[in-house]
Amino acid sequence: MILKKLINMKDIMNVEEIKNILKKFKTERSYILNALHAIQNANPYKYLSEEALIEVAKHFNLTKAQVFGVVTYYSMFSYKPRAKYIIRVCKSPVCYMKNSMNLINYLQELVSKDNSNTFIVENSECLGLCNKAPAMMINEEIYTDLTVEKVNQIIEFYKSKSL
Amino acid sequence: MNSKYPKVVLKNFGIIDPFSIDSYIQNGGFEAFKKALKLNRIDVIDEIKKSGLRGRGGAGFFTGLKQNYTISSCEECTERFVICNADEGEPGTFKDKLIMENDPFVIIEGILISAYAIDATKGFIYIRGEYDKSIQVIQNAIDQAYEKGFLGKKILNTNFSFDIELFLGAGSYLCGEELTLIESLEGKRGYPRIKPPFPAEKGLWNKPTLINNVETFSNIPYIIQNGSEWFSSIGTSESKGTKLFCLSGNIKNTGVYELPFGISLREIVYDIGGGMLPGYEFKGAILGGAAGTFVNDNFIDVPMAFETLKSIGATLGSGAIIVIDQKTNLLKLLINIIEFFKHESCGKCVPCRIGTTLIYNKLKYNKLTENEFNWILEQSEYMARTSLCPLGQSPILPVKSAIKYFKKKLLAYGK
Repeated sequence: MILKKLINMKDIMNVEEIKNILKKFKTERSYILNALHAIQNANPYKYLSEEALIEVAKHFNLTKAQVFGVVTYYSMFSYKPRAKYIIRVCKSPVCYMKNSMNLINYLQELVSKDNSNTFIVENSECLGLCNKAPAMMINEEIYTDLTVEKVNQIIEFYKSKSL
Repeated sequence: MNSKYPKVVLKNFGIIDPFSIDSYIQNGGFEAFKKALKLNRIDVIDEIKKSGLRGRGGAGFFTGLKQNYTISSCEECTERFVICNADEGEPGTFKDKLIMENDPFVIIEGILISAYAIDATKGFIYIRGEYDKSIQVIQNAIDQAYEKGFLGKKILNTNFSFDIELFLGAGSYLCGEELTLIESLEGKRGYPRIKPPFPAEKGLWNKPTLINNVETFSNIPYIIQNGSEWFSSIGTSESKGTKLFCLSGNIKNTGVYELPFGISLREIVYDIGGGMLPGYEFKGAILGGAAGTFVNDNFIDVPMAFETLKSIGATLGSGAIIVIDQKTNLLKLLINIIEFFKHESCGKCVPCRIGTTLIYNKLKYNKLTENEFNWILEQSEYMARTSLCPLGQSPILPVKSAIKYFKKKLLAYGK
């Protein structure tokens, strides 16, 4: 339901905006990951729309299938709308041993109650924060030594921020 | 706390401002690079060779030899590249991030010296996309190095010109493997290439390419500045210098520590790490991350060096030390590691794609007896023999060592 609503809002990020971002990158294929990151980060729903894929293909002189192939390989990219805040919880051995799976389940439940599509919970491989496990990132912010209480506070903070 | 140990890579740690190239220069920064520029290229490589420096990314190949191959593989080539592998993704490893966030300039200086030594024209730093802070610090360091004339055309009024650009990964563990990283840097899906040819012969765009880990590059300026003899006086007979160890688990002082090769696990856990947290007993460790090996508490006095660990069938890998205690559920931990490989397998080689799933299913959904474990060993050995890249070759390491050292415990969970 939420997804459908978003897809209809096609002009969330218009083609001009995408083109302006692409102008900053040279047209050699090497720069494609950097460009995809820039476009995805600028999108309020942190994803790569079909228009974006078409523009990226034109810019780098690739087929749309080639761009799609790149996007689907890398787990940080999404071609489906996500949310304003991407919560990445680490599930690698050290965080896992410190019960990060419980946190992921808890967060997923917490977020599913919130219908505003402000948050999406993803799990991530090692975030390099093993000395302060369990850890997560919300967009670019890092949160460590997590407990359920701490997670509650963090989510409340983001909710009040996005009002 | 550990001032009795020599500092190499982390010498500037906490002293310089990572956002200010001036503070790096005031602390002796770029002196090694200036010194190298006055030497012949071959002499720079010789110095690195004599130092005995080995790659810090996991494989432990001799850095000087790699440099030598890269320059001699194609003498008529006009283009050579240097890549800094900052795609630190090995579970339990967080040392490169620490260097990048605290002393980005030493990495740039190390790349510059290496580039001069192999007559390279361009450098690339490939950082994993999740390391947002590292990305910002490194980009700022590159910009400042251009402003000060350490990068660009005719550096410091010599004939040496060199550029560095920053590239981001996007969440693929496999892209930490050198040839896969090169594929990714070319803007493609991260599929491994067949080796040989090695990057030293045919790397980025099929040109000779030198690719080293962040920590490896960070050692180079100090070797050039203080000499290979000074460097090789630290460490053991076959592992020279220091290593950054990443200590995690239920231990008092978790974190990254720079220690000389040859130090024992006991010293790391009890002296440096301050011992176990109350209520936890040391039962062993995983050395080198997910693509590493389990050891039990019998190995607590083994010196931590490439050759000594190899002789007991263990690996040093990236320097990760994940401490295991009596409450650790080893079966769940092993399943977690295999699930990781299953998720990160790119699918190019059938044995790896299917093998990781089969082993995962077996561990997760079966009653585990001796037979099951033998079957798992067989499968992972088969994968190790028939997969192209280190990902498919790795599950054997944790699987075999876990079964070897913790069989009783694993069988008990299986019941």
